Amino acid sequence: MKRHLISATDLSHDDAVLILDTAEEMGRIADRPIKKLPTLRGRTVVNLFFEDSTRTRISFEAAAKRLSADVINFSAKGSSVSKGESLKDTALTLQAMGADAVVIRHHDSGAPHRLATSGWIGGSVVNAGDGTHEHPTQALLDAYTIRRRLAAAGAAGTDLAGRRITIVGDILHSRVARSNVHLLHTLGAEVTVVAPPTLVPIGVEHWPCAVSYDLDAVLPKSDAVMMLRVQRERMNAAYFPTEREYARRYGLNGDRMARMPGHAIVMHPGPMNRGMEITAEVADSPRCTAVEQVTNGVSVRMAVLYLLLGGAEPAATKETHE
Amino acid sequence: MSETATPRRTLIKGAKILGGRPQDVLVENGTIAEIGSGLPAAGATVIEADGRILLPGLVDLHTHLREPGREDSETVLTGTRAAAAGGYTAVHAMANTFPVADTAGVVEQVWRLGRESGYCDVQPIGAVTVGLGGKQLAELGAMHDSAAGVTVFSDDGKCVDDAVIMRRALEYVKAFDGVVAQHAQEPRLTEGAQMNEGTVSAELGLTGWPAVAEESIIARDILLAAHVGSRLHICHLSTAGSVELVRWAKSKGWRVTAEVTPHHLLLTDELVRSYDPVYKVNPPLRTETDVLALREALADGTIDIVATDHAPHPHEDKDCEWGAAAMGMIGLETALSVVQHTMVDTGLMDWAKVADRMAYAPAAIGRLAGHGRPVAVGEPANLTLVDPAYRSLVDPAGFVSRSRNTPYKGRELPGRVTHTFLRGRATVTDGNLT
Ligand SMILES: [Zn+2]
Repeated sequence: MKRHLISATDLSHDDAVLILDTAEEMGRIADRPIKKLPTLRGRTVVNLFFEDSTRTRISFEAAAKRLSADVINFSAKGSSVSKGESLKDTALTLQAMGADAVVIRHHDSGAPHRLATSGWIGGSVVNAGDGTHEHPTQALLDAYTIRRRLAAAGAAGTDLAGRRITIVGDILHSRVARSNVHLLHTLGAEVTVVAPPTLVPIGVEHWPCAVSYDLDAVLPKSDAVMMLRVQRERMNAAYFPTEREYARRYGLNGDRMARMPGHAIVMHPGPMNRGMEITAEVADSPRCTAVEQVTNGVSVRMAVLYLLLGGAEPAATKETHE
Repeated sequence: MSETATPRRTLIKGAKILGGRPQDVLVENGTIAEIGSGLPAAGATVIEADGRILLPGLVDLHTHLREPGREDSETVLTGTRAAAAGGYTAVHAMANTFPVADTAGVVEQVWRLGRESGYCDVQPIGAVTVGLGGKQLAELGAMHDSAAGVTVFSDDGKCVDDAVIMRRALEYVKAFDGVVAQHAQEPRLTEGAQMNEGTVSAELGLTGWPAVAEESIIARDILLAAHVGSRLHICHLSTAGSVELVRWAKSKGWRVTAEVTPHHLLLTDELVRSYDPVYKVNPPLRTETDVLALREALADGTIDIVATDHAPHPHEDKDCEWGAAAMGMIGLETALSVVQHTMVDTGLMDWAKVADRMAYAPAAIGRLAGHGRPVAVGEPANLTLVDPAYRSLVDPAGFVSRSRNTPYKGRELPGRVTHTFLRGRATVTDGNLT
């Protein structure tokens, strides 16, 4: 594996499978009464958040703490830090504090890449979502969730070969979509993105996926359908006429879910806009994995931190009883 | 640098004028006195050109000198020194200073600072609208009538997007043979835009800057200029589609001229994959297809000139994440090398065409007297001597400009300006400023 995780394209097929397998091990620890491993004792993980995301931050925090790392939460949002050079100054501060890994969430695409390649810090950089670029750990937890649900027992070591995954929503502005398209493709899945043409980027023809504007045509051929959060404000920039029309053409409701194959699952990275991209009926159905994805997020992020910082020895052999 | 230290006679021996056969050129009292073989060296400072190329002093139609207002990135003095080092004897200073060059007072201030620098003539460009606001015409006539004698007007950095304001500006400057230089960027289509819209932007998740945002304004302005019979100059063309539009306008005989920057002749948006803001520029770096179309257009004359769009920024404005970084790159000291690399060494142009695209034509568009003249007896001795065989890696530490935001750091480029003469006085000798 590379030293940083900036993009899903940083991961080879074997890297990705290794992370998913490691996450399985980590997931088993979560079932124990003491949910902690000593693996990263004495290491420091900094959560550097330039953008609010309590969900992602606490997921990384829980993951680091379960590996016994020291966690520093650094929220740059709302402080005096908002102009450009602050990323550099903040990085130099973190370097001085001896950060072994920096988990960064930033509103600008490319900020984690810049942090990793500018020479400002020495530790590993994990992208926790940058602008409209990527969110690789979200894609990993999605892949993990798909593998667990669809392959059930004996999933370890397997990829997603032949699985048909549909991603629906604001593809243009979605870092979740960008990371998922690459990662799921790397794992052998057939990916289709579905959106109104206004929310599909120019240049999508070079992505390793199919593009459709017709949700109903794609649903019967999907093993998993991932619904992306669609911001209501996009309407004001004329990406679509009204919320109602969006929900009617691209939202997932009970009728549409019924046209999916029996085994197919519904996914959502959260937080959901109920009534917009997903109805309450679908969101609360047992086919919807949204809550599971949150749980799986901690396991996957443990695996990532462990593999980036912990080295090669098996993760779960040494159990702690402190 | 002082007048008295400069000898009155200089003999340049064995120079290939515009790449022709080696000849001697005698410069006397600021003028080219004699051209021939075996000219007597008596009383003259002798420069052994040794087969190097002699060009007319280069003229830049698009330079950001940053003074007044942003002297932390460049001043008229540091900018003109950089220009001289790059072989320029005249630059047109863009109007987006603080305060904006939208009054006779500001353009005269810049003009005076240029005269005091002594390294290169500075011809101020006046803003088209007050404060570059796009709403109200600046006092174009007053700027023209001032000591600065402004004939080129531009809101560069901002597009004159209101069609009526653009029409009026085009018409108004006809009274004094002025020209409006448009920064073609449809503002609504480029809200939040960060890079060329295409394959790379889709992957990088950076807001796209579509080619159509440039081309739609160019198309409109060509039609406006044709309608009112005015001169239109289009700044920094960056797309193959823009080339087609200008080609069409010229085929109609309309008075449209266009420029291309050195960086758009060489660099593509693939470089943005590094997220290094040194590649962030307006208009953005485009694709290989665009680069090749721009080169072809410069060679066949569809694009009239090379203009640097030299845009200095302090280190901290580029030492940050992409979204927070300033747009622009410096170019005065590397322009000729990039043109040699992309146009001459590729066989697309000879040195005579370089002289046209980088000296004659820009001076003609700017109606700039005394520059962009042939290397001929009786002409002002604004001259640039180039060693085309020289090869070096670009090292920003060696730049004369106050800023270092070059996209060519570490890149091998050919050619070096060894001497620059401004009205017979050397501003650069043996590659060093005097
Ligand atoms: Zn411009």
